[in-house]
Amino acid sequence: MRTIGLVAGAVFRESVRDRIPYAMVAFAVLLIAASYLIGQLTAGQDMKVIKDLGLAAMSWFGLLIAVFIGITLVSKEVERRSVFALLAKPVSRAQFVVGKYLGLVMTLAVNLAVMTVAFYAVLLYMDMTTAPGIKSVWPAPALDPHLAVAVVLTVAELSIVTAVALFFSTFSSPLLAALFTVGLWVAGHFNADLRNFEAVLDARPVVLLARGLYYVLPNLAPFNIRAEVVHGIDVPASQVLLTLAYAVVYIGILLTASVMVFRRRDFK
Amino acid sequence: MAAIETEELSKDFLVGFWRPRPYRALDRLTLSVDEGEVFGFLGPNGAGKSTTLKLLMQLLYPTSGAARILGRPVGDFATRARIGYLPENPYFYDYLTAEELLSYFGRLFGLRGADVTRRVSAVLDDVGLGAERRLRLRQYSKGMVQRVGLAQALLNEPEVVFLDEPMSGLDPLGRRHVRQVMLQLRDRGCTIFFSSHILSDAESLCSRVGILAQGRLIASGRLSEILAFELKGWELVVDHVSGEQRAALDARARAVTTLAHGRLSVELPPDIAPDQVMRELGEGGAQVVSLNPVRETLEDYFVQSVGAAESRRTGL
Repeated sequence: MRTIGLVAGAVFRESVRDRIPYAMVAFAVLLIAASYLIGQLTAGQDMKVIKDLGLAAMSWFGLLIAVFIGITLVSKEVERRSVFALLAKPVSRAQFVVGKYLGLVMTLAVNLAVMTVAFYAVLLYMDMTTAPGIKSVWPAPALDPHLAVAVVLTVAELSIVTAVALFFSTFSSPLLAALFTVGLWVAGHFNADLRNFEAVLDARPVVLLARGLYYVLPNLAPFNIRAEVVHGIDVPASQVLLTLAYAVVYIGILLTASVMVFRRRDFK
Repeated sequence: MAAIETEELSKDFLVGFWRPRPYRALDRLTLSVDEGEVFGFLGPNGAGKSTTLKLLMQLLYPTSGAARILGRPVGDFATRARIGYLPENPYFYDYLTAEELLSYFGRLFGLRGADVTRRVSAVLDDVGLGAERRLRLRQYSKGMVQRVGLAQALLNEPEVVFLDEPMSGLDPLGRRHVRQVMLQLRDRGCTIFFSSHILSDAESLCSRVGILAQGRLIASGRLSEILAFELKGWELVVDHVSGEQRAALDARARAVTTLAHGRLSVELPPDIAPDQVMRELGEGGAQVVSLNPVRETLEDYFVQSVGAAESRRTGL
């Protein structure tokens, strides 16, 4: 465990010093702030627009960080040969892969926490500058704690995306890994359609294939509760917990597969 | 006990995209290095030296054969804490400083607290890295990265070190420094296995060498066994030579080469009496600058053996 923590700590330290995540976080914070101005343009809908844009900005910029750092996590080490000295130390390949993964998830969580603080700051400002009469028609309070639940689910979704990126980066080039990961992210959001394929097509083999894909591909739609939170619709705690449990299982399987691939690799 | 042993160790790589075929990078390598020995693993570029080191570090898996370090199969987790490895042209993390990188590696070796700082500082002193240890590695020159590479290989006070081209990228001062570090390691009983194609390094450091060409070990043994150390002739450098003396030298020497400022380098056969030649030259007004015996060097042996292996392969 200590070794995994040390590898994760090194990833975290390196990514904190890298300028790319900073730029993304800064851009996301800027977008969250800008949502305040956009909100001003929409009569009566301002709070919904700010919340929607803010959560979407976190999700999108988090995705960029997850994909672009995730795909280079392992491949960069192998390409630049920094892995040689590291794997000659008392570090197993499994510890290396899991440590790398946890380091990036830690980076993501910190970045999203920074974005969340900025988001709540904008909402607090809105809350303080809005007349009580207008506030009474908002579907949910400005500083709604459910927003934090939506952020937690976004972090869980991005953790799956990171695991997918890591898995592909253990055996393919960064470009291919990026394509596969983004492809799976898109497919993951339309996964529910695969389950009900028989409603649109009558061919049994295709339906079975679609059903198979439904179980293999990540199902990312349940992680997006932004619309419910923005509109003040209650999301049951059991649904949130089940979704988080799904993330843990899916990530566990992906990490196991990544370790199995990485363990057999030759480093020329 | 042997510190490093390989038995019929072979590695094939698949080459070609559409119809991959195996290419043998290392062919049935069997060798043994005793504890406390400095073993030079020599060979031209592409001979399979780095492949062997990577097999010993389990960065590559062998196609066949086996290898042991300190009596344990390669890849053994406990053994890794007792060895050090400097990869060829090492590369580390751009955004960490040398101190941070070594502290990270030190903790991976199980060091904690003040021990980490103490050991990191000592090993950076040993490899001659000064105040620049607090700079990020992306700002380092190639030679400085090489020193960091050496430092990380020595961090755990290893019993066996594997150095892949340790002199690569170093200036003459850096090379001398690394040579001194290696001699200190040898003096404290550390086994050193290093690959190089710089033969003078091997000649000055190694107790034994192995020569690899096209993946095969073509020679191995003590330098005294490999090289006959027989006198092959004399090299005389002489100045102010008259025309008459030059004609006499041309008649006796194997070759006479004109150097800068009119000096001559004269290759004399081994059976000549050098003191007599010097006396004659002196009497005729010439001035002897230097006289050196010429013996077989590792380079001569290397060129002969690698050349012979090459011609066997091509059938010429």
